[in-house]
Amino acid sequence: MSAKTQFHADSNVTTADTDRRAFVRRALGGYKTTRAKTETAYASWEHARDAASAIKYEGINHLDAMLEQFEQQFTARGGKVFWASNSQQARDYILGLARDRGVKSIVKSKAMTSEEIHLNDALEHEGYAVIESDLGEFIQQLKHEAPYHFVFPCMHLKRDEISALFEKELGSAKTDSPEELTMIARRWLRRHYIEADMGISGGNFIIAETGMISITENEGNARLTCAHPRIHVALVGIEKVLPRLADLALFLPMLGTAGTGQNMTCYNSMYGGPRQPSEQDGPEEFHVVLLDNHRTRLLADPEQRDALHCIRCGACLNVCPIFKNIGGHAYGTTYQGPIGSVITPHFRGLQDWKHLSGASSLCGACTEACPVKIDIHHHLLHNRRNAMKEKPALLEKLMWKAFSWFMNQPRLYAFATRFTPWALALHPLVKATPLDPVQSWTKTRDFPDAPTKTFRQLWKERVR
Amino acid sequence: MNGDREAILGRVREALRVPAPRHHEKPAPAPGSIATAPFREWLPVVGPTHEDRLASFMRLSESLRTEFVNCPTIELAGAHLAKLASDHGWERLATHAGDLTDVLAEHVRPREVLRIESDYDKNALEACDAGLTECECLVAQTGSVCVTTRSSGGRALSVLPPHHVVIASRAQLLPDLTAAYELLAQKYGASGYPSFMGFINGPSRTGDIERILVLGAHGPKKLTVLLVP
Amino acid sequence: MRVTLFIPCFIDSFYPQAAMAVVQVIERLGHTIDYPEAQTCCGQPPFNSGFWDEARDVARRQMRLFRDAEVVVAPSGSCGAMMKVFYPELFEHQPEEAEVRALAAKTFEFSDFLVNKLGVRDVGAKFEGRATFHDGCHGLRELGSKTSARELLANVKGLEMVEMSEGESCCGFGGTFAVKYPQISTAMAEVKCNSILETKADYVVSNDLSCLMQIQGWFDRNSGRTMKSLHLAEVLVQR
Repeated sequence: MSAKTQFHADSNVTTADTDRRAFVRRALGGYKTTRAKTETAYASWEHARDAASAIKYEGINHLDAMLEQFEQQFTARGGKVFWASNSQQARDYILGLARDRGVKSIVKSKAMTSEEIHLNDALEHEGYAVIESDLGEFIQQLKHEAPYHFVFPCMHLKRDEISALFEKELGSAKTDSPEELTMIARRWLRRHYIEADMGISGGNFIIAETGMISITENEGNARLTCAHPRIHVALVGIEKVLPRLADLALFLPMLGTAGTGQNMTCYNSMYGGPRQPSEQDGPEEFHVVLLDNHRTRLLADPEQRDALHCIRCGACLNVCPIFKNIGGHAYGTTYQGPIGSVITPHFRGLQDWKHLSGASSLCGACTEACPVKIDIHHHLLHNRRNAMKEKPALLEKLMWKAFSWFMNQPRLYAFATRFTPWALALHPLVKATPLDPVQSWTKTRDFPDAPTKTFRQLWKERVR
Repeated sequence: MNGDREAILGRVREALRVPAPRHHEKPAPAPGSIATAPFREWLPVVGPTHEDRLASFMRLSESLRTEFVNCPTIELAGAHLAKLASDHGWERLATHAGDLTDVLAEHVRPREVLRIESDYDKNALEACDAGLTECECLVAQTGSVCVTTRSSGGRALSVLPPHHVVIASRAQLLPDLTAAYELLAQKYGASGYPSFMGFINGPSRTGDIERILVLGAHGPKKLTVLLVP
Repeated sequence: MRVTLFIPCFIDSFYPQAAMAVVQVIERLGHTIDYPEAQTCCGQPPFNSGFWDEARDVARRQMRLFRDAEVVVAPSGSCGAMMKVFYPELFEHQPEEAEVRALAAKTFEFSDFLVNKLGVRDVGAKFEGRATFHDGCHGLRELGSKTSARELLANVKGLEMVEMSEGESCCGFGGTFAVKYPQISTAMAEVKCNSILETKADYVVSNDLSCLMQIQGWFDRNSGRTMKSLHLAEVLVQR
């Protein structure tokens, strides 16, 4: 089944699930008010967005120099950098590392890049025990299901579903308390932080100036993942660069505010190398895998290059009416929501994924919510244009050609529209049947009542 | 072996040959601005005095569920720590060597005190009820505690035990994140940064289940900040 | 002032009474209406579908037609945004670029025209009832107009305005999206309309009739309660 057919099938199912839609909407309801309140603490949220956009612009438009500077600084502190063009190279490097260093168990903190390259499958296939430690990811891993939202992985699940899952997989007692469920996971995961040989994380920012990876999280699982395992691997997309360490003074609060409405996320950690000589703990080795995986393809499109400014806060998903109604899984992508619909065609092929750009009312709530001012909803228009330019759907092309010809014949147009009231009056005869030319509208909605005359006719009569 | 370095850099350079349009306006500095970072003035602003900082830190601590205690003397901070130890029945406390921690640790008498030094026993740390650390600074703007491997006994001490207690002195309370980064640059910029630096905002938390806030996801369930003169 | 009207194609055919109300409101304020009868469509449907060449073919005639107009007023945030925001993008680096920018500068959405161009906030209207206002996304976000329509409605005697909880949420129309993805579009309408129902309003008012076509269409089919949708001008014209 093509991605498009799958999308239609899945979204038809999910939009019919009124209960789940209401649940997801309620869960995101708090976000809107909390975020609005937190924004008011800023001297100017709008100017802060401008400043953030300018800094990411600087980073992305000097990406080569930024990455080289990062590598040089990071390597000087004993870190290792591996450059991966694609998923295969990234997976092979991490697998090779695990093999060479005699790794037995692996603990992971949340990394969308690892979802992107299907790292867990590859590691498990080679016999490694891999434990996701972020609560949401842990739940999704137990459920053998992809994250529903790239910041809130299991936001679609109700507590009783999670309790049932824990009962089955962990043998815990039934509970309807989110706190008790969290503690079950806490107890379960605790030993793994200490016993694992390898910790795998993502990264929110690559700091070029000082050669650091910055990781933002609420739970503390990433900090624990990076504390005791003897090898730390951070798998990071090349677009995550920030020029200077002090830029984080802007980005850390903004990421928290846009992501969850917090004034700052609980833990914001900067890692600049493995354990240093005078330090009490930390990994013996720290590897950063810089992942391209078609990001340079997006970089080569200056019109949409700003999509690489994305800091994966998830704000565009939180406000998106499409996301709230179809849910995260219907997208069939690693990155859901508006930003996913923009970038997936660049990563995985325009013709196969252009339907996501079509599946938008272009309301612009995403662009308004974006902390780094990515022109998200206009890029959906750009994808639509590029897709048609690259490979126009013949019938549709003919239709729009005819449309534009017709709209350039004002006399014919005026003549034809005189029949609209009649057509509308006759429409109920075929309404919502296969003979109805607008049945994809009328299956679920009514059509306007027939007016007696068009405005053009009324105007003529009036002038006369 | 560093993988596809040249190929990736080549693609990046090729891509960047065509410049991208800007969607941001050049942010103009606010009138009379004294900001050193171009964005500092757009962020939450904290007043100029120590009292302003204190008020902001207290307010944010409350919303972050950090227990913040402004102690008139270090003895009183010690007394507060002793009370925490007895209230919660701490049996094992972990800490690191430091001017403030050394004084404070004298005030508590749990059965065991674990000193975090090179090659400490991580299982022993996991068994501790609380971790007592110093910090680099406190940030009034965000209610953050800034810790580094250097200031706070490594990476795990401030995150593994279920209760993290921070001791800081008055001068360490800085106005904003930019000031914190200035401090870090001043202290470590030339000689080398610690391998871990972090801003901690309240106890560990999650909202992963139905977006309902639960404290103590994986890190500390409680965070106490003791401020001494 | 001589006001040149652009009546979008679907308003011409489906909602002539709303367009007539626009004429009356502006005339009562002492201005003259000019309606070039050779107008058709702004070109948004092919533009949104990715067929920019075809959209340009439609837009060009629009541009020529309004070349000599003093101001152009459109009673639709969506078609207004097409001319004000998307024409300049559509004709970027094209010979017509300067001309579309000039057209963009003198084009106004109806409520924006009354409040920001004419400086009118009270048109002396009287209308009994309880109503809620729906922001069309194009008017709200492309044109950045949130307050104009509300100010005008606040001054209508007898009218009680109440905000809905999903005020800034999209109704799900989205042009061809509504027929290409009818299930998603309808799900969005359902959320919007339930939020309208919660306000216990008798009327839902908007400055975008395309949204109202979606909202009214959903109500007529799905809700037990009758809901009347009105274009802003249809309220402002009442005395």
